[in-house]
Amino acid sequence: MRRVVAAAAAICAAGGVCAGEGMPPLTSTPGDPERGRAIVIDRETGLCLLCHSGPFPEVTFQGDLAPSLEGVGARLDAAALRLRLVDSRRVNPDTIMPPYHSTDNLNRVGAEWRGKPILSAQQIEDVVAFLATMTEVAQ
Amino acid sequence: MRGGAAALLLIAATMASGDERLSGTAFMSPETRAMQADDLANPGMFAVLEGARLWEETAGVSGRSCAGCHGDAAETMKGVAARYPAFDEASNAAVDLTARVNLCRTRHQDADPLPPEDPRLLALTTFIGHQSRGQKIEPDPDPRLQPWRELGARLFRTRMGQLNFSCANCHDDNAGRHLAGNPIPQGHATGYPIYRLEWQSMGSLQRRFRNCLVGVRAEPFAYGSREFIALELFLADRAAGMTIETPAVRP
Repeated sequence: MRRVVAAAAAICAAGGVCAGEGMPPLTSTPGDPERGRAIVIDRETGLCLLCHSGPFPEVTFQGDLAPSLEGVGARLDAAALRLRLVDSRRVNPDTIMPPYHSTDNLNRVGAEWRGKPILSAQQIEDVVAFLATMTEVAQ
Repeated sequence: MRGGAAALLLIAATMASGDERLSGTAFMSPETRAMQADDLANPGMFAVLEGARLWEETAGVSGRSCAGCHGDAAETMKGVAARYPAFDEASNAAVDLTARVNLCRTRHQDADPLPPEDPRLLALTTFIGHQSRGQKIEPDPDPRLQPWRELGARLFRTRMGQLNFSCANCHDDNAGRHLAGNPIPQGHATGYPIYRLEWQSMGSLQRRFRNCLVGVRAEPFAYGSREFIALELFLADRAAGMTIETPAVRP
Protein backbone atom coordinates (compact mmCIF):
# COMPACT_ATOMS: atom_id res chain seq x y z
CA MET A 1 0.00 0.00 0.00
CA ARG A 2 2.76 2.38 1.06
CA ARG A 3 4.73 1.65 -2.12
CA VAL A 4 1.71 2.21 -4.35
CA VAL A 5 1.18 5.57 -2.67
CA ALA A 6 4.81 6.53 -3.13
CA ALA A 7 4.64 5.59 -6.81
CA ALA A 8 1.54 7.70 -7.32
CA ALA A 9 3.18 10.61 -5.52
CA ALA A 10 6.16 10.32 -7.82
CA ILE A 11 3.92 10.55 -10.88
CA CYS A 12 2.22 13.63 -9.39
CA ALA A 13 5.56 15.23 -8.59
CA ALA A 14 6.59 14.81 -12.21
CA GLY A 15 3.62 16.99 -13.19
CA GLY A 16 0.44 16.31 -15.10
CA VAL A 17 -2.65 14.52 -13.91
CA CYS A 18 -2.11 11.88 -11.24
CA ALA A 19 -3.23 8.60 -12.66
CA GLY A 20 -4.10 5.39 -10.92
CA GLU A 21 -5.20 6.80 -7.59
CA GLY A 22 -8.61 8.11 -6.92
CA MET A 23 -12.12 7.63 -5.70
CA PRO A 24 -15.41 7.42 -7.58
CA PRO A 25 -18.15 10.01 -6.91
CA LEU A 26 -19.76 9.82 -3.47
CA THR A 27 -23.25 10.77 -4.69
CA SER A 28 -25.29 10.45 -7.84
CA THR A 29 -25.89 14.22 -7.97
CA PRO A 30 -23.09 15.96 -9.85
CA GLY A 31 -21.20 18.57 -7.84
CA ASP A 32 -22.00 22.24 -8.26
CA PRO A 33 -18.79 24.25 -8.84
CA GLU A 34 -20.36 27.50 -7.67
CA ARG A 35 -21.36 26.01 -4.33
CA GLY A 36 -17.93 24.39 -4.19
CA ARG A 37 -16.18 27.72 -4.55
CA ALA A 38 -18.29 29.16 -1.72
CA ILE A 39 -17.25 26.24 0.52
CA VAL A 40 -13.57 26.66 -0.37
CA ILE A 41 -13.43 30.34 0.58
CA ASP A 42 -15.57 30.04 3.74
CA ARG A 43 -13.42 30.13 6.88
CA GLU A 44 -15.73 27.88 8.85
CA THR A 45 -17.05 25.45 6.25
CA GLY A 46 -14.17 24.49 3.98
CA LEU A 47 -11.41 26.22 5.93
CA CYS A 48 -9.23 25.65 2.84
CA LEU A 49 -7.63 29.10 2.71
CA LEU A 50 -6.47 28.91 6.31
CA CYS A 51 -3.66 26.71 4.95
CA HIS A 52 -3.82 27.07 1.13
CA SER A 53 -3.68 30.13 -1.07
CA GLY A 54 -5.20 30.65 -4.49
CA PRO A 55 -6.76 33.10 -6.94
CA PHE A 56 -9.51 34.32 -4.60
CA PRO A 57 -9.20 38.12 -4.63
CA GLU A 58 -11.97 38.61 -2.06
CA VAL A 59 -10.06 36.62 0.58
CA THR A 60 -7.42 38.98 1.95
CA PHE A 61 -5.69 36.62 4.36
CA GLN A 62 -4.66 33.24 2.98
CA GLY A 63 -2.41 30.54 4.34
CA ASP A 64 0.99 29.23 3.26
CA LEU A 65 1.12 25.89 5.09
CA ALA A 66 0.05 24.01 1.99
CA PRO A 67 0.45 24.30 -1.80
CA SER A 68 -1.46 26.96 -3.74
CA LEU A 69 -4.72 25.76 -5.20
CA GLU A 70 -3.94 27.59 -8.45
CA GLY A 71 -3.95 25.07 -11.29
CA VAL A 72 -4.86 22.18 -8.98
CA GLY A 73 -7.41 20.98 -11.54
CA ALA A 74 -4.58 20.51 -14.03
CA ARG A 75 -2.44 18.60 -11.57
CA LEU A 76 -5.11 16.23 -10.25
CA ASP A 77 -8.18 14.73 -11.86
CA ALA A 78 -11.57 14.61 -10.12
CA ALA A 79 -11.03 11.13 -8.67
CA ALA A 80 -7.64 12.09 -7.25
CA LEU A 81 -9.01 15.36 -5.83
CA ARG A 82 -11.88 13.44 -4.21
CA LEU A 83 -9.55 10.93 -2.56
CA ARG A 84 -7.43 13.74 -1.11
CA LEU A 85 -10.44 15.60 0.20
CA VAL A 86 -12.15 12.57 1.70
CA ASP A 87 -9.04 11.39 3.58
CA SER A 88 -5.65 12.71 2.56
CA ARG A 89 -4.00 10.31 5.02
CA ARG A 90 -4.60 7.61 2.44
CA VAL A 91 -2.15 9.37 0.13
CA ASN A 92 0.29 10.57 2.80
CA PRO A 93 -0.05 9.22 6.35
CA ASP A 94 1.79 12.28 7.72
CA THR A 95 -0.31 14.89 5.95
CA ILE A 96 -1.63 17.85 7.96
CA MET A 97 -4.65 18.10 5.66
CA PRO A 98 -7.75 17.31 7.73
CA PRO A 99 -9.82 14.30 6.62
CA TYR A 100 -12.87 16.07 5.21
CA HIS A 101 -15.13 13.06 4.92
CA SER A 102 -13.79 10.47 7.33
CA THR A 103 -14.26 10.08 11.06
CA ASP A 104 -11.82 7.16 11.39
CA ASN A 105 -8.88 7.27 13.80
CA LEU A 106 -9.59 10.68 15.25
CA ASN A 107 -8.86 11.61 18.85
CA ARG A 108 -10.75 13.79 21.37
CA VAL A 109 -13.11 15.23 18.78
CA GLY A 110 -15.21 17.97 20.43
CA ALA A 111 -18.76 17.01 21.41
CA GLU A 112 -20.22 19.32 18.80
CA TRP A 113 -18.30 17.60 16.00
CA ARG A 114 -18.10 14.00 17.20
CA GLY A 115 -19.03 11.36 14.62
CA LYS A 116 -19.57 13.99 11.94
CA PRO A 117 -17.33 14.55 8.93
CA ILE A 118 -16.13 18.11 8.18
CA LEU A 119 -18.03 18.14 4.87
CA SER A 120 -21.01 16.07 3.72
CA ALA A 121 -20.74 13.79 0.68
CA GLN A 122 -22.53 16.34 -1.49
CA GLN A 123 -20.30 19.16 -0.26
CA ILE A 124 -17.26 17.04 -1.21
CA GLU A 125 -18.71 16.63 -4.71
CA ASP A 126 -19.28 20.41 -4.93
CA VAL A 127 -15.67 21.15 -3.92
CA VAL A 128 -14.30 18.50 -6.32
CA ALA A 129 -16.39 20.01 -9.14
CA PHE A 130 -15.01 23.46 -8.38
CA LEU A 131 -11.36 22.45 -7.96
CA ALA A 132 -11.52 20.52 -11.25
CA THR A 133 -12.29 23.83 -12.99
CA MET A 134 -9.10 25.41 -11.59
CA THR A 135 -6.91 24.42 -14.51
CA GLU A 136 -5.36 27.82 -15.25
CA VAL A 137 -2.10 29.14 -13.91
CA ALA A 138 -1.36 32.87 -14.15
CA GLN A 139 1.69 33.69 -16.29
CA MET B 1 8.88 46.29 5.71
CA ARG B 2 10.30 47.99 8.79
CA GLY B 3 8.77 45.16 10.81
CA GLY B 4 10.31 42.57 8.54
CA ALA B 5 13.73 44.17 8.90
CA ALA B 6 13.38 44.37 12.68
CA ALA B 7 12.28 40.74 12.85
CA LEU B 8 15.26 39.73 10.70
CA LEU B 9 17.61 41.60 13.01
CA LEU B 10 16.08 39.87 16.00
CA ILE B 11 16.39 36.49 14.28
CA ALA B 12 20.01 37.27 13.27
CA ALA B 13 20.87 38.29 16.84
CA THR B 14 19.35 35.11 18.23
CA MET B 15 21.07 32.90 15.69
CA ALA B 16 24.40 34.55 16.41
CA SER B 17 24.02 33.27 19.95
CA GLY B 18 23.64 29.75 18.55
CA ASP B 19 20.01 29.46 19.65
CA GLU B 20 17.39 29.53 16.91
CA ARG B 21 14.44 29.57 19.28
CA LEU B 22 12.25 32.64 19.15
CA SER B 23 9.60 33.96 21.47
CA GLY B 24 6.20 34.91 20.05
CA THR B 25 7.36 38.51 20.23
CA ALA B 26 9.55 37.94 17.16
CA PHE B 27 6.45 37.14 15.08
CA MET B 28 4.45 40.25 16.02
CA SER B 29 3.98 43.55 14.22
CA PRO B 30 6.28 46.43 15.25
CA GLU B 31 3.26 48.15 16.81
CA THR B 32 2.43 45.22 19.08
CA ARG B 33 6.09 44.77 20.00
CA ALA B 34 6.30 48.45 20.92
CA MET B 35 3.16 48.11 23.05
CA GLN B 36 4.71 45.22 24.96
CA ALA B 37 8.07 46.93 25.42
CA ASP B 38 6.63 50.12 26.92
CA ASP B 39 5.33 49.60 30.45
CA LEU B 40 3.13 52.68 30.07
CA ALA B 41 1.48 51.19 26.96
CA ASN B 42 1.46 47.50 27.92
CA PRO B 43 -2.09 46.69 29.12
CA GLY B 44 -0.69 43.74 31.08
CA MET B 45 0.88 46.21 33.50
CA PHE B 46 -2.60 46.91 34.89
CA ALA B 47 -2.70 43.28 36.01
CA VAL B 48 0.75 43.66 37.55
CA LEU B 49 -0.44 46.71 39.52
CA GLU B 50 -3.63 44.96 40.61
CA GLY B 51 -1.58 41.92 41.61
CA ALA B 52 0.71 44.12 43.71
CA ARG B 53 -2.35 45.43 45.53
CA LEU B 54 -3.78 41.93 46.08
CA TRP B 55 -0.37 40.73 47.32
CA GLU B 56 -0.78 43.06 50.31
CA GLU B 57 -4.49 42.37 50.86
CA THR B 58 -5.63 39.88 53.50
CA ALA B 59 -7.77 36.96 52.34
CA GLY B 60 -9.85 34.31 54.07
CA VAL B 61 -10.46 33.49 57.73
CA SER B 62 -6.73 33.63 58.52
CA GLY B 63 -6.56 37.36 57.91
CA ARG B 64 -3.23 36.77 56.21
CA SER B 65 -1.97 38.41 53.03
CA CYS B 66 0.59 36.97 50.61
CA ALA B 67 3.01 39.61 51.88
CA GLY B 68 2.32 38.49 55.47
CA CYS B 69 4.23 35.28 54.78
CA HIS B 70 6.31 36.04 51.67
CA GLY B 71 7.27 39.65 52.36
CA ASP B 72 8.59 41.77 49.51
CA ALA B 73 7.75 39.97 46.27
CA ALA B 74 10.57 41.79 44.45
CA GLU B 75 12.94 39.69 46.52
CA THR B 76 11.07 36.53 47.48
CA MET B 77 9.29 35.91 44.15
CA LYS B 78 12.22 36.76 41.89
CA GLY B 79 12.92 33.69 39.72
CA VAL B 80 9.99 31.68 41.10
CA ALA B 81 7.91 31.73 37.91
CA ALA B 82 11.05 30.70 36.00
CA ARG B 83 10.99 27.35 37.85
CA TYR B 84 7.31 26.46 37.52
CA PRO B 85 5.51 24.04 37.17
CA ALA B 86 7.06 22.47 40.27
CA PHE B 87 6.51 19.40 42.41
CA ASP B 88 4.20 19.83 45.40
CA GLU B 89 5.01 17.44 48.25
CA ALA B 90 1.65 17.60 49.99
CA SER B 91 -0.43 16.72 46.93
CA ASN B 92 2.34 14.56 45.43
CA ALA B 93 1.76 16.19 42.06
CA ALA B 94 3.05 18.81 39.65
CA VAL B 95 1.48 22.24 40.17
CA ASP B 96 1.69 25.39 38.12
CA LEU B 97 1.84 28.91 39.53
CA THR B 98 -1.93 29.28 39.30
CA ALA B 99 -2.48 26.13 41.32
CA ARG B 100 0.20 27.24 43.80
CA VAL B 101 -1.64 30.52 44.48
CA ASN B 102 -4.85 28.61 45.14
CA LEU B 103 -3.03 26.07 47.34
CA CYS B 104 -1.68 28.99 49.38
CA ARG B 105 -5.20 30.36 49.69
CA THR B 106 -6.73 27.08 50.89
CA ARG B 107 -3.79 25.86 53.03
CA HIS B 108 -2.48 29.04 54.57
CA GLN B 109 -5.05 31.79 54.18
CA ASP B 110 -8.12 29.67 54.87
CA ALA B 111 -9.71 31.23 51.80
CA ASP B 112 -11.68 29.73 48.91
CA PRO B 113 -9.70 28.96 45.76
CA LEU B 114 -10.25 31.48 42.98
CA PRO B 115 -11.96 30.12 39.84
CA PRO B 116 -9.97 29.63 36.62
CA GLU B 117 -9.26 32.89 34.76
CA ASP B 118 -10.63 34.97 37.63
CA PRO B 119 -9.16 38.47 37.18
CA ARG B 120 -7.75 38.34 40.74
CA LEU B 121 -6.01 35.03 40.06
CA LEU B 122 -4.61 36.37 36.78
CA ALA B 123 -3.48 39.57 38.52
CA LEU B 124 -1.62 37.64 41.21
CA THR B 125 0.05 35.23 38.79
CA THR B 126 0.95 38.12 36.45
CA PHE B 127 2.43 40.05 39.37
CA ILE B 128 4.42 37.00 40.52
CA GLY B 129 5.48 36.19 36.94
CA HIS B 130 6.59 39.78 36.43
CA GLN B 131 9.09 39.44 39.28
CA SER B 132 10.99 37.05 36.97
CA ARG B 133 10.90 39.26 33.88
CA GLY B 134 14.30 39.24 32.21
CA GLN B 135 15.33 36.00 33.90
CA LYS B 136 15.97 32.71 32.14
CA ILE B 137 13.43 29.90 32.29
CA GLU B 138 14.95 27.22 34.49
CA PRO B 139 12.59 24.23 34.81
CA ASP B 140 12.41 22.28 38.05
CA PRO B 141 14.68 19.21 37.59
CA ASP B 142 12.85 17.20 40.30
CA PRO B 143 12.82 13.57 39.03
CA ARG B 144 9.33 13.11 40.48
CA LEU B 145 8.11 15.40 37.67
CA GLN B 146 9.20 12.88 35.04
CA PRO B 147 5.70 11.41 34.41
CA TRP B 148 4.38 14.93 33.71
CA ARG B 149 7.32 15.71 31.42
CA GLU B 150 6.64 12.54 29.42
CA LEU B 151 2.89 13.10 29.26
CA GLY B 152 3.44 16.69 28.10
CA ALA B 153 5.88 15.65 25.38
CA ARG B 154 3.46 12.97 24.19
CA LEU B 155 0.43 15.29 24.18
CA PHE B 156 2.37 17.89 22.20
CA ARG B 157 2.69 15.37 19.38
CA THR B 158 -0.78 13.84 19.66
CA ARG B 159 -3.20 14.67 16.88
CA MET B 160 -6.55 15.84 18.20
CA GLY B 161 -9.94 17.05 17.08
CA GLN B 162 -12.00 16.80 13.93
CA LEU B 163 -9.26 18.71 12.07
CA ASN B 164 -6.68 16.22 13.38
CA PHE B 165 -3.78 18.52 14.35
CA SER B 166 -1.12 18.13 17.01
CA CYS B 167 0.61 21.10 18.64
CA ALA B 168 3.81 20.01 16.85
CA ASN B 169 2.13 20.04 13.42
CA CYS B 170 1.94 23.83 13.63
CA HIS B 171 4.45 25.00 16.25
CA ASP B 172 7.34 22.66 15.37
CA ASP B 173 6.77 21.84 11.71
CA ASN B 174 5.18 25.05 10.39
CA ALA B 175 6.34 27.85 12.69
CA GLY B 176 6.93 31.05 10.76
CA ARG B 177 4.37 30.10 8.12
CA HIS B 178 0.93 31.71 8.07
CA LEU B 179 -2.47 30.41 9.07
CA ALA B 180 -4.86 32.64 7.13
CA GLY B 181 -2.28 35.42 7.21
CA ASN B 182 -1.37 35.03 10.90
CA PRO B 183 2.22 33.97 11.58
CA ILE B 184 2.49 30.74 13.57
CA PRO B 185 4.87 31.22 16.51
CA GLN B 186 7.22 28.51 17.75
CA GLY B 187 5.14 27.86 20.85
CA HIS B 188 7.57 29.17 23.45
CA ALA B 189 5.44 30.27 26.37
CA THR B 190 7.74 32.98 27.70
CA GLY B 191 5.27 35.72 28.58
CA TYR B 192 2.28 34.24 30.41
CA PRO B 193 -0.13 35.37 31.68
CA ILE B 194 -0.49 37.46 28.52
CA TYR B 195 -2.64 40.38 27.47
CA ARG B 196 -4.13 39.10 24.23
CA LEU B 197 -5.54 41.76 21.90
CA GLU B 198 -8.04 39.24 20.50
CA TRP B 199 -9.38 38.64 24.03
CA GLN B 200 -9.11 42.25 25.12
CA SER B 201 -8.06 40.82 28.46
CA MET B 202 -5.43 38.89 30.36
CA GLY B 203 -5.40 35.12 30.04
CA SER B 204 -3.43 32.12 31.20
CA LEU B 205 -1.45 29.62 29.13
CA GLN B 206 -4.25 27.13 29.78
CA ARG B 207 -6.76 29.51 28.22
CA ARG B 208 -4.48 29.68 25.18
CA PHE B 209 -4.30 25.86 25.06
CA ARG B 210 -8.09 25.73 25.13
CA ASN B 211 -8.29 28.21 22.24
CA CYS B 212 -6.02 26.04 20.10
CA LEU B 213 -7.90 22.85 21.01
CA VAL B 214 -11.27 24.40 20.15
CA GLY B 215 -9.68 25.68 16.94
CA VAL B 216 -8.90 22.15 15.81
CA ARG B 217 -12.39 21.11 17.01
CA ALA B 218 -11.09 19.00 19.90
CA GLU B 219 -12.59 18.58 23.35
CA PRO B 220 -10.41 20.88 25.47
CA PHE B 221 -8.87 19.53 28.68
CA ALA B 222 -10.20 21.07 31.88
CA TYR B 223 -8.51 23.98 33.63
CA GLY B 224 -6.04 22.61 36.16
CA SER B 225 -6.08 19.14 34.59
CA ARG B 226 -3.06 16.85 34.76
CA GLU B 227 -2.80 17.12 30.97
CA PHE B 228 -2.53 20.91 30.98
CA ILE B 229 0.03 20.97 33.79
CA ALA B 230 2.01 18.35 31.84
CA LEU B 231 1.89 20.48 28.67
CA GLU B 232 2.98 23.53 30.67
CA LEU B 233 5.95 21.60 32.05
CA PHE B 234 6.90 20.30 28.60
CA LEU B 235 6.75 23.85 27.22
CA ALA B 236 8.92 25.09 30.12
CA ASP B 237 11.51 22.43 29.22
CA ARG B 238 11.23 23.41 25.57
CA ALA B 239 11.83 27.08 26.40
CA ALA B 240 14.51 26.45 29.05
CA GLY B 241 17.08 29.24 28.96
CA MET B 242 14.78 31.65 27.13
CA THR B 243 13.91 34.96 28.77
CA ILE B 244 10.67 35.57 30.69
CA GLU B 245 8.63 38.50 29.32
CA THR B 246 5.58 38.56 31.62
CA PRO B 247 3.34 40.34 30.93
CA ALA B 248 3.62 39.74 27.17
CA VAL B 249 1.19 41.28 24.68
CA ARG B 250 -0.02 38.97 21.91
CA PRO B 251 -2.26 39.60 18.87
